[in-house]
Amino acid sequence: MTPELITFIFLALISVASALGMLFSRNAVYSAVYLIINFITVAVFYLMLGGAFIAVSQVAVYAGAIMVLFLFVIMLLGAEKLGNNETLGWQRPLAIILGLGLIVEILYILFFQANEIIAVKDLPEGFGSPASIGTTLFQEYLLPFEVTSILLLVAMVGAIILTRQEKKNV
Amino acid sequence: MLPVSYYVGLSAILFTIGALGVLIRRNAIIIFMSIELMLNAANLAFVAFARAHESLSGQIFVFFVITVAAAEVAVGLALIVAIFRNKQSIDVDQMSNLKG
Repeated sequence: MTPELITFIFLALISVASALGMLFSRNAVYSAVYLIINFITVAVFYLMLGGAFIAVSQVAVYAGAIMVLFLFVIMLLGAEKLGNNETLGWQRPLAIILGLGLIVEILYILFFQANEIIAVKDLPEGFGSPASIGTTLFQEYLLPFEVTSILLLVAMVGAIILTRQEKKNV
Repeated sequence: MLPVSYYVGLSAILFTIGALGVLIRRNAIIIFMSIELMLNAANLAFVAFARAHESLSGQIFVFFVITVAAAEVAVGLALIVAIFRNKQSIDVDQMSNLKG
């Protein structure tokens, strides 16, 4: 048991437990907070995998911006307790069976079918740092980066149009 | 360095929990959060494979996925707010007005 393995198991347990808590929580605010815990543990996994910049942007954008937007909408609508009288009959056991089927298939392929994935022992200096990410982003992925800005603009316009109050006399 | 398959296995488990959330919950906000969980699981697999192949492209893709998720959440939550104004409910089973 190396320290890295112990850290991994500990964080993986937190991550899976918080995901299950998100799934089964009756209150939508608790679900959102469980999901924030999950995102933070995944950010630590990114750090263990040598993605410093991605880890920080995960915490800032996902745990910060996106989940705050979720909490804001839940509290704005007063929707903490809504949707609890769920009318699923036979679909629920079927969904659990299908979910188990999915996980068994993925793990079977991962551990028995796929070729061994051999990771490099040592990463080059500065792998995943903001400087190297920026160089790759602006040299190899410049066009997708610019298209992303259009996507964000369209999303902003769409959100404003959708939530606008309609005029009564139209 | 742990084997990369550990991380990919964890990502598979998280993805399955997200898929289950979409299937068994009827609250539209919880369904959205489950979709975020699935995106996050895919990101973890991306970063794990980027580490295995010592290539930064995987991390750049995670960057783009985070951006797309932010756009998706903005539009999706705006839709939920608009639907809640009309129907006073965010239960996805109630949104059946277009059914013939």
